Amino acid sequence: MPEPGWLPLQRADALLATLREAGYRVVGPQVADGIIRYGPLGEAAALPWGVRVEADAGRWRLRRTGEGRAFAWANGPQALKPLLFAPEETLWRTDADGRPAPQAPEAPPPTAVIGVRACDLAALALLDAHFLRPGREDPWYAARRSGLLLVAVHCTHPAATCFCASTGDGPEAREGHDLALWELEEGWLVEAAGAAGERLLAALPLEAPPAGAAERARTEVAAAAAAQTRRLPEGPLQARLFERLDHPRWAQVGERCLACGSCTAVCPTCFCHAAEERPGLDGSSARVRRWSSCFTEGHSYIHGIVLRPDARSRYRQWLTHKLGAWHAQYGRSGCVGCGRCIAWCPAAIDLVEEMEAIVGDA
Amino acid sequence: MDRREPGAGFSDGAARLRVAVHKFGSCDGCQLAFLNAGPALLALAEAVELVHFLEAGLDDPDARVDVAFVEGSIGTSEEAERIRAVRERARVLVAIGACATTGGVQALRNLADAGGWVARTYPEPDRVHVLPESAPVRAHVAVDLELAGCPVTTRAVTETVASLLRGALPAPRHEKLCLECKRAGLACVMVSRGEPCLGPVTAAGCGALCPGLGRGCYGCFGPSELPEAGALAARLRALGLDAAAVRRRLLAIHAGVPAFQQAALRQVGEEDGDGR
Repeated sequence: MPEPGWLPLQRADALLATLREAGYRVVGPQVADGIIRYGPLGEAAALPWGVRVEADAGRWRLRRTGEGRAFAWANGPQALKPLLFAPEETLWRTDADGRPAPQAPEAPPPTAVIGVRACDLAALALLDAHFLRPGREDPWYAARRSGLLLVAVHCTHPAATCFCASTGDGPEAREGHDLALWELEEGWLVEAAGAAGERLLAALPLEAPPAGAAERARTEVAAAAAAQTRRLPEGPLQARLFERLDHPRWAQVGERCLACGSCTAVCPTCFCHAAEERPGLDGSSARVRRWSSCFTEGHSYIHGIVLRPDARSRYRQWLTHKLGAWHAQYGRSGCVGCGRCIAWCPAAIDLVEEMEAIVGDA
Repeated sequence: MDRREPGAGFSDGAARLRVAVHKFGSCDGCQLAFLNAGPALLALAEAVELVHFLEAGLDDPDARVDVAFVEGSIGTSEEAERIRAVRERARVLVAIGACATTGGVQALRNLADAGGWVARTYPEPDRVHVLPESAPVRAHVAVDLELAGCPVTTRAVTETVASLLRGALPAPRHEKLCLECKRAGLACVMVSRGEPCLGPVTAAGCGALCPGLGRGCYGCFGPSELPEAGALAARLRALGLDAAAVRRRLLAIHAGVPAFQQAALRQVGEEDGDGR
């Protein structure tokens, strides 16, 4: 693997220029409407410079510090999921005479995403396992996935809601990316993983890193792990969860839960969707797939019966699947410790706190 | 009552649907969903034969129709009689908008002494045949489909017509606004701004208009499935709203919804004076 190079912050735009020259459209995080959102990135100046995130259960706020870093925050409500698993898309159509009008998945232009975190990469691996399962590839997901290049940033400023260190998914980005940035006050230490990353690294106008930069960067990321206060209970929770389906805590959290599905929408690994028919007046029709949630009535509707009629049973379904049954399905838990479900729960329910109450004593 | 299976008899695609649009206790706004359809209005006019629609100048309320769209709540004895006649003359009855599906804004009087108001306001109160409650259409006659919204959307109306043209009722949609908001990539206003929002108990369908403008949901589209209004009220109080404000928010547009009513009336506070 080539040695990491150094990109001073004044020349941050060189990263975007190099990606564009290599044929990628560039997507990155930006401050918009009071949150951090990923979208087309025109220039490095549009990155979220000088902001931090203050998050707690049910609360997420940006705080401006003016410091000279673009990545001194952990995450916003979304990162890669909407770019790959579209919130809403047409799968096929029938024409006015009712004949199928096949629609091949449109491949977007090759896209480079800057600012991907370790939790996002871990989540991406899980989405890949689901949507790209051999023999069952989802062509719409696959079309968007194939042209994706990922520029990771190792996390140095976890939010209070983060617990990736306890799930083993961060804060250092270890696999799945093409380039990775270690951010320091004066610049980015850039390293490559894989052939595409190495070609880009060679094309970047990099300098030799200042003395001690690599050590300082590693120290910051180690501190980010140590700073995390939330931790999921240790070990595979599958057996313990399924032994405690009647734990009184499920009913207690069910009293507070709004069953709104916000947790599943912001969860980077939740993939549930529903399809509906959208008929046109001319006789044509479109089959549309949309994000859905295990918190909806439709998720457990079976010929006239809703199997999970209340918030208690829906919340329990979500967590016993996410933290329990995922082990059998995908070989690991479905939680990557990003903490989004905690921060973006309008009812301020804390997954870690609930898990401690239900399975934390073993 | 001559009611067949919804959609039966007009699935060949060639026949035009005979459609009536009726108005009851309402502001007339939902009927505009038809007239405001834009270019779709031409396709709509080709697909259906409008036989009664006062706002469009068609006056034949007694015509037998395939589909009757009904706007407005049932709040007088005259309306209670008239809705039965509408039901008898329609194969499919679709209630459109907040008033027709929950009783609407005027259901605020369900919580007050409306009879007393009439007695105090009018010299001959016996001439006012107002019912004790402003009720949704389904409280009086069988309803085949409800389209929520204050007002209902043109899209919901045209998709309903398109489905009925093929002999099917569209699937009812009671999903929560939060999912529509998240699919649109909007910032949750409760979490990112502390704005009170009814999104978690409100049906989707508006396109998350208010959250898209940084405001909390006012609940125009009425209750979603599983509306956990009590849990939401508790959270709104925790965000700093007083009891009166929580009551107003829950009752403003859909006072007739039992789940909203119960959560609102459970709010106890020292500000009772202006919260009624």
